[in-house]
Amino acid sequence: MSIQVEAAVDEKMIWQWLEAVADPEIPVISIVDLGIVREVCFDSIADQFIIAITPTYSGCPATAVIAADISSALKNHGVENFRLENKLSPAWTTDWLSAKGRKALREYGIAPPAGGALHQVVDASRIMRATLEEAIECPHCKSKHTKLSSQFGSTPCKALYVCQDCKEPFDYFKPH
Amino acid sequence: MNPNPLFEYLLRLGDNNLILAQRLSSWCGHGPVLEEDIALANIALDLLGQARMWLTLAGEAEGKGRDEDKLAYHRNANEFRNLLLVEQDNGNFADTMARQFYYDQWNYLLLGELQQSSDARIAAIAEKSFKEVSYHIRRSSEWIIMLGDGTAESHTKIQQAIDRLWPYTGQLFDADVIDEDLINKHIACDVSRLHDTWLKNVTATLAEATLRLPTTQVSAEKQGAHSESFEALLAEMQILPRTYPNATW
Repeated sequence: MSIQVEAAVDEKMIWQWLEAVADPEIPVISIVDLGIVREVCFDSIADQFIIAITPTYSGCPATAVIAADISSALKNHGVENFRLENKLSPAWTTDWLSAKGRKALREYGIAPPAGGALHQVVDASRIMRATLEEAIECPHCKSKHTKLSSQFGSTPCKALYVCQDCKEPFDYFKPH
Repeated sequence: MNPNPLFEYLLRLGDNNLILAQRLSSWCGHGPVLEEDIALANIALDLLGQARMWLTLAGEAEGKGRDEDKLAYHRNANEFRNLLLVEQDNGNFADTMARQFYYDQWNYLLLGELQQSSDARIAAIAEKSFKEVSYHIRRSSEWIIMLGDGTAESHTKIQQAIDRLWPYTGQLFDADVIDEDLINKHIACDVSRLHDTWLKNVTATLAEATLRLPTTQVSAEKQGAHSESFEALLAEMQILPRTYPNATW
């Protein structure tokens, strides 16, 4: 006689599965490495897992896709008892990008954030001329001789740079 | 007094961002250079995302089952609570930048204060929006300096824009009876208290830009009044869901 015991799903397994869910805009990085998944826990009263996610930028169109991708990933693993919660505070920051995520970005051709998000705080009483930004390393040729062409790139989370040496334009994932 | 000041207050926050986002979106495909076209669309997207959060919360505060879409698409002009400044026509690039500059300088201070709101939902939206508006304020202020201290032509155009939009800035600091109750409960921010800091910061940037601070009188229009072109803006924004109320993607 054999009794088949189904392995109980726990939070750790869910984290692992979510590590395989890619960001829809930047498919080389997972939503966990991007810091979008804030919490996984079990609500024993509702008999449900709660997955707390946070949007990167409030207007980011990828947010809805990410929620749908999480749902299908969990369902593919046979989990039906879960709900997604949107968590706005604390606000998402690039400081939550994992080291693995940063490396993957660079290899993909996107320069990862150079400094911590705190450096970005604006002093509204002294906004002066556009100053030279911190040197951002070109993800293609590693030159630090690069120039900002726009604070806003192909998505709200990125700025546009041009390398002055290899002449290639590249995206910079801005500290936020 | 309005029976639901919180609903009214959240509509104001939502409508300001929604209407400015709609105006900015019209630049898409028409920007002076590609980078600026993309930047304007990105800023519009940020503001639209913020509008969605405010309007969703407004719908909850109202408690009549209206969601963000219902509020954005199924209200008439006289039910919109945005500031006159944000609905002003795009005009030329200088007009758009001057409008953005006045608004960003105000919005940045407002969101800074709202992060301390006693309503945790308002504080959370403000915290999120504040980070995004930090980029907006830097960019619009830098453009004011570039245009003001640029060529003779850019200087003339940005000075005209700064002067033309100035009267609408009075309304930014007009705290009224809707605000009063919420200010006492530490839910809302008293906008009249933002004026001096705003003026100081705007004056500093204009000086750096070699521009003149306007001296004309600011207008005292109440919130909820609209310009003639506002109807046309709404018509374009609302036509699809109004024509096909049950349309889905």
